[in-house]
Amino acid sequence: MTQRKTQRTTQRVVLRGGRIVDSRGESAGDVAIENGVVTEVGERLSGGDVVDASGCVVAPGFVDLHAHLREPGKEEAETIETGSRAGAKGGFTALVAMPNTDPPQDSVAVVDFVREQGKRAGLVEVVPSGCITLGRKGEALAPMAELAAAGVRIFTDDGNGVQDELLMRRAMEYGKGLGVTLAQHCEVATLTKGAVMNECSCCTTLGLPGWPSIAEELMVFRDIELARLTGVRVHFLHLSTARSVELVRAAKRDGLPVTAEVTPHHLSLDETRLASFDTVYKVNPPLRSPRDIAALRAGVLDGTIDALATDHAPHPRREKELSLDQAPPGMLGLETALGVALGVLEVDLAHLVRIMSINPARIAGISDRHGRDIEPGAPANIVVFDPLAEWQVEPATLASKSRNTPFIGMTLRGQVRHTLFAGGRSPFSVRDGEAQA
Amino acid sequence: MMKHLRSIDELGHDGLVRLLDLTHHMVEVNRRPVPKVPALRGRTVVSLFFEDSTRTRLSFETAAKRLSADTMTFSVSTSSVNKGESLRDTVETISDMGIDAFVVRHKSTGVPWQISEWTNASVVNAGDGWHQHPTQALVDCFTVREALGKERFDGLTLTIVGDIMHSRVARSNIAAFSMLGARVVLVAPPTLLPPDMSHWPVEVSYRLDDVLERTDILYMLRLQSERMSQGHVPNLREYAETYGLDSARAAKLPLHAVLMHPGPMNRGVEMLIDPSLLSNSLIHKQVANGVAVRMAVLFDLLAGESSVANLAQAST
Repeated sequence: MTQRKTQRTTQRVVLRGGRIVDSRGESAGDVAIENGVVTEVGERLSGGDVVDASGCVVAPGFVDLHAHLREPGKEEAETIETGSRAGAKGGFTALVAMPNTDPPQDSVAVVDFVREQGKRAGLVEVVPSGCITLGRKGEALAPMAELAAAGVRIFTDDGNGVQDELLMRRAMEYGKGLGVTLAQHCEVATLTKGAVMNECSCCTTLGLPGWPSIAEELMVFRDIELARLTGVRVHFLHLSTARSVELVRAAKRDGLPVTAEVTPHHLSLDETRLASFDTVYKVNPPLRSPRDIAALRAGVLDGTIDALATDHAPHPRREKELSLDQAPPGMLGLETALGVALGVLEVDLAHLVRIMSINPARIAGISDRHGRDIEPGAPANIVVFDPLAEWQVEPATLASKSRNTPFIGMTLRGQVRHTLFAGGRSPFSVRDGEAQA
Repeated sequence: MMKHLRSIDELGHDGLVRLLDLTHHMVEVNRRPVPKVPALRGRTVVSLFFEDSTRTRLSFETAAKRLSADTMTFSVSTSSVNKGESLRDTVETISDMGIDAFVVRHKSTGVPWQISEWTNASVVNAGDGWHQHPTQALVDCFTVREALGKERFDGLTLTIVGDIMHSRVARSNIAAFSMLGARVVLVAPPTLLPPDMSHWPVEVSYRLDDVLERTDILYMLRLQSERMSQGHVPNLREYAETYGLDSARAAKLPLHAVLMHPGPMNRGVEMLIDPSLLSNSLIHKQVANGVAVRMAVLFDLLAGESSVANLAQAST
């Protein structure tokens, strides 16, 4: 290991001339940061390291509720360090690490390891989720109280849905006592065996096994009703269908404590992509129909969907170069999330910041330090992005260890200039588009 | 001339007719005392079979040999394929040996397209998942063309019976027979039909007895016994009762109607009578035409500038 500089910065940074966007809306002003804390917001601030932010949005750093960082177990695809770098480049200051590692995040030791690796990388806060069931097998509860005591605020078996109704009820009841959130990967497994793409007219012609919408919707419905019964907070991961959005909308109307996320790829790419037989488009849940995409976008607009989450799922080249039935599902998301979201969502910047920072920070239980208004005393977890700058997604410039993104070659609008991370060794985790570690 | 043969849609109407016309020349070659021509001398054709097959593979290899191509076989039963092995590595390694065409069969849809991204060689789809089996459709169209003496199938009704959902033969034939003007009727229980056929040029019936009288070409598909354990049908006996071809059903067919099956047949399931007792069975002709069709395909892909006239030249 090379000796890293451990000296904490005492330098003052001034972000000059940006458009500050947070929960209060938009305002103009400079932001001064010292020792990882916002110290001043005002006009013509000076002194220290002055960074030009004119034309840029200065906002609370993005929070990803759904990142597969692959460590421990699949370091060939991603490590916590490379995933952190990809996240920082995407403007994220916190990543909720999904638990389908090997070993899975069902013990305090693994959860602590993931968090510590995050600190070692020092580019974003890595927030470990915990498994609902031991080994994500859906058979027995994971030690949720121990995990909660170790700081876990969000539990999920992501990659799998918890199939057993009784076990899910128990997890919810138990989680209620701990004050934590249960996040569900909604997929009734018997309905999706061998599935490769959305069940639709397109899959009829391609002869690919279909993943029917109802496999998601049945579990969304079940968990809404279980939330009604138990009163626990339930978060729905990567919703993909129109009917799921309707179910969540109705549940919110009933005042139930449910939240939902959608991925950039489910908002932007449809099922017909599979006609290329390129495994980069194989993802779980699958890319859906244009009608579903429209409903997901509407769900974001009216607030039914609270958060944009990437489901960043790196896979090594050799695994994506298998046949469609054997290749693992998933695609990268961290570095392209902002550009894709700006391209497909007709939301104002304040709404964008709500779904990429404020709401996910609240759902992850980290809103004391992320997604906060930019005001004196707030931790300096901040993203500075140019909402108009165009850039082309090129494999060589990706920080992720993997390359399985469908957006390669595309031109995206909206580019992260700087990311400031309060927990880092320097104020910047990304400066001028370059990761700082 | 085409680069690949991966699906009937990709081939298109003109390509389909061209290959069917070319097949007539190959039938003529096959009738010679020495059924061999030097058209593809120096070319190498590799059979890349990730799924078991005897008939299709032998048919392709025989076709390649009759055109004087060199052949290699890479045969992997799916179970023995190391899942860690990249498909791309396999293809690139063989490609490096300097080959001209891959004949590919795989249990997953799309593999022939993936392979054509990784090689400069031509790719022939010998069956990918439930998706396409274009040479089988060529065989079937050619067989009907010969039997009925018609180049177009306008006014004819093709009835395909059985496991449409899992059938690449059905998907290829729906495309090919429609292109040639036939009306296509699919007959199966809803559990063996794909989820949404609204965009297919087909009519769907759940009752075989309702469509037999207006059927000109009856195409029976093989029902695999594993469909029972997956809940597609309760049991094979019930399937045979409802969708099997027995003598009563055969008697309902118009006298001129022909019977086809892609093989291998499940006697006692979809086929309750001995088709060899039916005068209008084309099942043996389908097999017999397999080699000529595949010769036409390989010739079209690999013969380059050499014309059909070169087929007159005998092998030495």
